[in-house]
Amino acid sequence: MTSQIPALIIVVPLLAALVVSLAAWIRQSLCFAAALCAVLAAWISAILVMGRVINQGVITYRMAGWAPPWGISWHIDHLNAVVLILIATVALINLIATRSTAAREFEDRPGVFYALYLLFVTGLMGIVITGDIFNLYVLLEIASLSGYVLLGMGSGRAAVSSLSYLFIGTIGASLYLFGAGYLYIATGSLNMADIAAILPTIEQTGPIQASFILCLIGLFMKMAFFPLHTWLPNAYTHAPNSSASLIAPLTTKVMIYVMIRIILFVYQPDFAFAQMGIDRFIVWLAVIAILAGSLLAWKQERLKRMLAYIIVSEVGYMVGGFWLGNTAGMTGAVLHILNDAMMTLCLFLAAGALISRVQADAFGALQGVFTKMPFSMIAFVAGARSIIGVPPTCGFFSKWYLISGGMEAGHYAFVAALIISSLVNVLLFFRVIEIGYFEPFDSHHPENGQTTREAPLDMLVPLLVTAGLLIVMGFYANTLVTWIVKPAISAATMGGL
Amino acid sequence: MIAVVSAKPLIAVLVSLAVIPVLISARKPNVREIWTFAAALIKFGIIASMVPAILAGHTLEFTIAPLFAGIAFKLKVDAFGLLFALVASFLWIVTSAYSIGYMRGLDEHSQTRYYCFFAAALSATIGVAFSANLLTLYIFYEILSLSTYPLVTHHQDREARSSGRKYLLYIMGGSIGLVLPAMIAIYLIAGSLDFAAGGILAGSIGALPAAALLLMLVFGFSKAGIMPVHAWLPAAMVAPTPVSALLHAVAVVKVGAFSVFRVITEIFGPGMLLNFGFDTLLCIIAAVTILGSSLIALSQDNLKRRLAFSTIGQLSYIILGAALLTQSGMAGGMLHIAMHAFGKITLFFCAGAIMVAAGVKNISEMKGLGRQMPVTMAAFFIGALSVIGLPPCGGFISKWYLAIGTIEAGQFLMLAVLLASSLLNAAYFLPIVYRAFFCSPDEVTFEPRIKEAPGWCLAPPVATAAISVILFFYPQPFFNLSQLAVSRILGG
Repeated sequence: MTSQIPALIIVVPLLAALVVSLAAWIRQSLCFAAALCAVLAAWISAILVMGRVINQGVITYRMAGWAPPWGISWHIDHLNAVVLILIATVALINLIATRSTAAREFEDRPGVFYALYLLFVTGLMGIVITGDIFNLYVLLEIASLSGYVLLGMGSGRAAVSSLSYLFIGTIGASLYLFGAGYLYIATGSLNMADIAAILPTIEQTGPIQASFILCLIGLFMKMAFFPLHTWLPNAYTHAPNSSASLIAPLTTKVMIYVMIRIILFVYQPDFAFAQMGIDRFIVWLAVIAILAGSLLAWKQERLKRMLAYIIVSEVGYMVGGFWLGNTAGMTGAVLHILNDAMMTLCLFLAAGALISRVQADAFGALQGVFTKMPFSMIAFVAGARSIIGVPPTCGFFSKWYLISGGMEAGHYAFVAALIISSLVNVLLFFRVIEIGYFEPFDSHHPENGQTTREAPLDMLVPLLVTAGLLIVMGFYANTLVTWIVKPAISAATMGGL
Repeated sequence: MIAVVSAKPLIAVLVSLAVIPVLISARKPNVREIWTFAAALIKFGIIASMVPAILAGHTLEFTIAPLFAGIAFKLKVDAFGLLFALVASFLWIVTSAYSIGYMRGLDEHSQTRYYCFFAAALSATIGVAFSANLLTLYIFYEILSLSTYPLVTHHQDREARSSGRKYLLYIMGGSIGLVLPAMIAIYLIAGSLDFAAGGILAGSIGALPAAALLLMLVFGFSKAGIMPVHAWLPAAMVAPTPVSALLHAVAVVKVGAFSVFRVITEIFGPGMLLNFGFDTLLCIIAAVTILGSSLIALSQDNLKRRLAFSTIGQLSYIILGAALLTQSGMAGGMLHIAMHAFGKITLFFCAGAIMVAAGVKNISEMKGLGRQMPVTMAAFFIGALSVIGLPPCGGFISKWYLAIGTIEAGQFLMLAVLLASSLLNAAYFLPIVYRAFFCSPDEVTFEPRIKEAPGWCLAPPVATAAISVILFFYPQPFFNLSQLAVSRILGG
């Protein structure tokens, strides 16, 4: 029975999405319960799968027993097992934390929200788990379409912003599909392992190079790699809080995962780095992304928008780190996928908690929040420290690997960009912290009669758990690297980088 | 030398953190402050209990978690670390008493927050003292930076905000912008970051990159206040006085000096620095700060600012001691951590007592104060003597060894710097005392009915002044530790 667990990861949330939409007809409160059960089941399955990968090595699972290259096959190694856990964890924490927010934001249609939530999770899990480049596209569209709707269901300009995301996202996905098509023409296969075996035997590399570039640009659009980031800030700023804190931590990170997956396991490092010869160029693009993201974040006047631009900058960290092409850089990139997802979750949940109380996220509205909401702000500060890269939070450890990778590769501009961005992050977050801590002036002397209105417990507890995880993941960074990240990278590179 | 595995250092670090939930939940100020005392006493007790083992030549070690290949989050107690930890944890007890008098005397807000972050800051300080490698030290250094921010900005007004900005800019700018990349580069070159006698870089790096890394670390640890990265310290004087006293005369600033000392002696190592001739470079950097800050101190009218500039100069004595790279020089630098601590904290306590009792911050308004507050001003006098380096105070001992160190190293110019600095110190301290006692009645500007500050504010400076004198006659506890530490560094 346990050998079927990989299937459950996808099937359970997919079926639950159906159940939720039906349950909404019976009683609306059932929706949350059903969604919770499904996400919990997916989370447990992901952990069991990870256990099996660590103990028994790579799992190849054939859906309904059909053999590749025709049947659908899952391919699970250390790299996707850990990303599966990440997706399930973020989905679970966010589901619990945003229950009351979602009830307010989607009051008349919780069924729609939770069904889309589960479809989005299904899509992402599928993207990560699949061993087939076409299925990846299909699942990408499932995730993206549910994502567009989740983001677009907010008030005000949410729909317009989501539409612009839809245009750009669809172009990105189409470019990826083009690339996959070229690859199919060249190799006659859609199965990743199959293609990886065939590619080195093909002499004429023109179409393969074209397919590589198309896939890469498509993914850059989906992951908001500067200057293809333009959809992201608006989409995340105007979105409902309960969707934003699900989608912001996961979408860009999963797309970076896909980039790593197809480079390491489909095209393979020798082709991507040695033959294409674009690695240093992309690291330079990453340098620009990091700096531009930081500078644009500095110009923002609203918390969520600032966080959105920080994501743009962080995407540069991961893309640049990976394209350094050495073990340290790739380790940093993979570790940062995990860390950045958790710190983005922490900050978006904190922003959601603040917005639920002060009703706005313009900086001016945040005066005195330290007094009003001390625990939410503790979590916010923890998230901020992790983004800045202050130990012992996890952000420090991935930054360490990224900087080491930059130094080893002799790419000092990348090192400088990371340091500058860390310093800019200090300024960014302390600007917010200062407003929350100092202003309004003259109100801090004994008993100014401010009533404490901390966020409700069901929001606060998941938030503090997330903040705590940032520190736990810091202390266990070495364990993560030794047990999960190193095997994931060396499987692809045979230790030959 | 035997390395003993012991959880004592970990407990010593954590005990003040453990008390924070209790402080938050304590509804009554008295209960809260009793717990602060309990934490301070336990911390000092644990640290003191490690002295016999260290004097017997052992080290105590405890590995918390592996962080990267070849580096663990690891604590290690050696003689130098223990010396610093003893000073900091003992003075926390005294400062806790003083805090009660000061914070209640001025009816400060948010006192629970204040005690919590104070406890966190002390945890981090002891963590720095007991760090086994540069990365562990860096982690505690950063924890210290952020736990002192709410203390520096305690008043939450515009002035506190701008001082807080300066504080973050210098401290975090240095640690992220300079120390972090230098540390990673050292790790990539040496494959390790452990503090080791003789250093870990010798033979694996050329003169130019070594100079770059050395300067990045010396200026990056900006808590040491080496010019030109000193400006945060005078700005931080906006904090409540107990914070200035313990953190900005002892814990925080000496964490900076301690870190630089460790880097000079146990990352680079005396052999390598002498080979490249970097000892002179470091001496010059220290000398510029020593003289420069003393000259600036002369012109400060705000007492706490004058004390701050004095601290900047005295911190560079410690750096100078390390840079001399001789037996007596390094011992003098280490001893100065202790001796200056007791002297300077006395001065800050007195400044705070004057603020509580007379509401006066500026030196020009303190004429004649000695008649109303004789005990405070007497303690101030002794503290000043110690910082100037005159007998019968502890400060004399450390300066004596520093002076011998300059001769051993053949750096006679540095001897002149030390003497000139002592004269300057006397020039900016003694007139305060003189005018407090000897001035004509019509020069007095404050209200005539001022009395001594309450007991909680008065007893601590008297105690630390007395200890300053005792340390002149009986410096053995610190002296033995410093000798042990230096012989380890030079023997390696």
